[in-house]
Amino acid sequence: MNEPVRIGRRPPELATLYRVLFLTVVAAFVAVPLLATVLGGFKSLGELRTNPFGLPSEWEWENYADILTSRRYWRMLGNSFAISTMTSALALVVASMAAFVFAHLRFFGSRMLLNYFTMGLLFPAATAILPLFIKVRDLGLLDTYFGVVLPQVAFALAMSILLFRRFFKDLPTELLEAALVDGCTYPKFFRFVTLPLSRPILATVGTITFVHSWNAYLVPLVMLNSDSMYPWPLGIMVYQGEYTSDWHLILAFITLTILPTFLLFVFAQKHIVAGLTAGAVKG
Amino acid sequence: MIASSARRQTGAGQMTAVVLFLPPAILLFTLFVVLPIVEAAWYGNYSWNGFGTPTNWVGFDNYRYVFEARAFGLALRNNVLIIVVSLLIQLPLALTLALMLAEKFRGAVALRMLFFLPYVLAEVATGLIFSFVYDGDYGLLASIYRVFGAEAPHLLASTQTSMLAILIVVVWKYFGFHMMLFIAALQGQDRNLIEAARIDGASRWQALRYVSIPLLYPTIRLSIFFAVVGSLQLFDLVMPLTRGGPADSSQTMVSFLYSHGVTRMRIGYGSAIGVILFVICATFAITYKRWFMRDE
Repeated sequence: MNEPVRIGRRPPELATLYRVLFLTVVAAFVAVPLLATVLGGFKSLGELRTNPFGLPSEWEWENYADILTSRRYWRMLGNSFAISTMTSALALVVASMAAFVFAHLRFFGSRMLLNYFTMGLLFPAATAILPLFIKVRDLGLLDTYFGVVLPQVAFALAMSILLFRRFFKDLPTELLEAALVDGCTYPKFFRFVTLPLSRPILATVGTITFVHSWNAYLVPLVMLNSDSMYPWPLGIMVYQGEYTSDWHLILAFITLTILPTFLLFVFAQKHIVAGLTAGAVKG
Repeated sequence: MIASSARRQTGAGQMTAVVLFLPPAILLFTLFVVLPIVEAAWYGNYSWNGFGTPTNWVGFDNYRYVFEARAFGLALRNNVLIIVVSLLIQLPLALTLALMLAEKFRGAVALRMLFFLPYVLAEVATGLIFSFVYDGDYGLLASIYRVFGAEAPHLLASTQTSMLAILIVVVWKYFGFHMMLFIAALQGQDRNLIEAARIDGASRWQALRYVSIPLLYPTIRLSIFFAVVGSLQLFDLVMPLTRGGPADSSQTMVSFLYSHGVTRMRIGYGSAIGVILFVICATFAITYKRWFMRDE
């Protein structure tokens, strides 16, 4: 910092003090509910009532152990994992192929077709949830993974295609020209040049679709009706319904179900932040 | 772009690419996004429980019933409330934090991540965590009241406070997302402009007010767009907290659609709600983009 500029300002210590104070208050606002949830899972119900904030006086590991050894917990996570993996894999394949065409080929109606997909950004899946239910039922996909996966992929397409298209367009055009001169075809170029160069955008779009599908509630709620098919956001609601005020168990259950998200967030921070803000920054 | 592509058209597999690569996307999108919303407009004119084909034509009755429903009025009011709080509380908070955390200092990155974390968590989990926080017997809030010897309020169980409780969770969950947008934009700003302003004698505050923040306007407009669109479709968070209750006091448009259309399998009525929501979302998105985001 330049020394002369500081003349005539408030002493920096006071400003810094306010800033630290403000950040501490906000940090507490965010962190306290989360910490209390994790710690609450280690307490007995009685202690939760008298001491909801502090460390447990006696660590009740059984709360967590019982859930971790239960079948329902793993079945829920398995369902979620299957649905989210299929959703993001399918969205990646379908969207990148379409985006490749929109990025490199012009044909009659291509502009209109792109605008057609852009319409998907205008409204959420909730608006059409009942006809969507009828459609999935008529296709015989109710209570199957695909009944959830296909609508989720379809609603992810608009954003994914736009993100892919922009990235593909920014790749050096010399590559395509050279490849075409050498007799390479468009499908081969896509497979052997575009895709290998597109790791960052594949990671970004894959992360967005995976996280959205992992956390999704409404579409699975409407499409699935047996407990054994439930992904975790549905399963946790059922669990809460069964153990209404056994908050120590519910808190342990919440902690264990958000643990995968938390781990993913810690290890793939860069992609998650990039992915979840990408639509905003570039859309 | 590629000068001679027309000549090589078939040779380079141009048609193959179009015919192979586009249909899956078109099929999925048409089947599960476009057709359902078109069908919603169709079903909305019938009284139908979903079995067989819709035959009981009721015209605009469904729409009339929706607008006459007290719960829908409340839902509309609540959606407006959520938008107002997002714009007047959440965005200024996010902007302030972004201005503080865009600078490099020890702990800045850790704080950014902490503030972004709620956005990554599922709405359902967030809702359950806060139904614990608000719980009148075991909750964090209740124990704070007890310290002062006061009776804890059951925030979620009262028609007066249920919406307030949800609004607090909305801010908790989403301010980090907007903060991150602002930080990304701030870090992309040309430092030289601010330095130049400072050298010309602008105070820190003036440099902020007349250089940094105007440069953020496009991001702020974008952030407002996301806040409004997100507010209009709020649902997942409401379910674990109140399910729209008590007495519909915390209903949102989507939770109203769910509790009055989906759970009772009133396809026509629910479709009409969906169409209304669609019209609101699409009108907002189109006009906003046309008026405020012309150049982006």
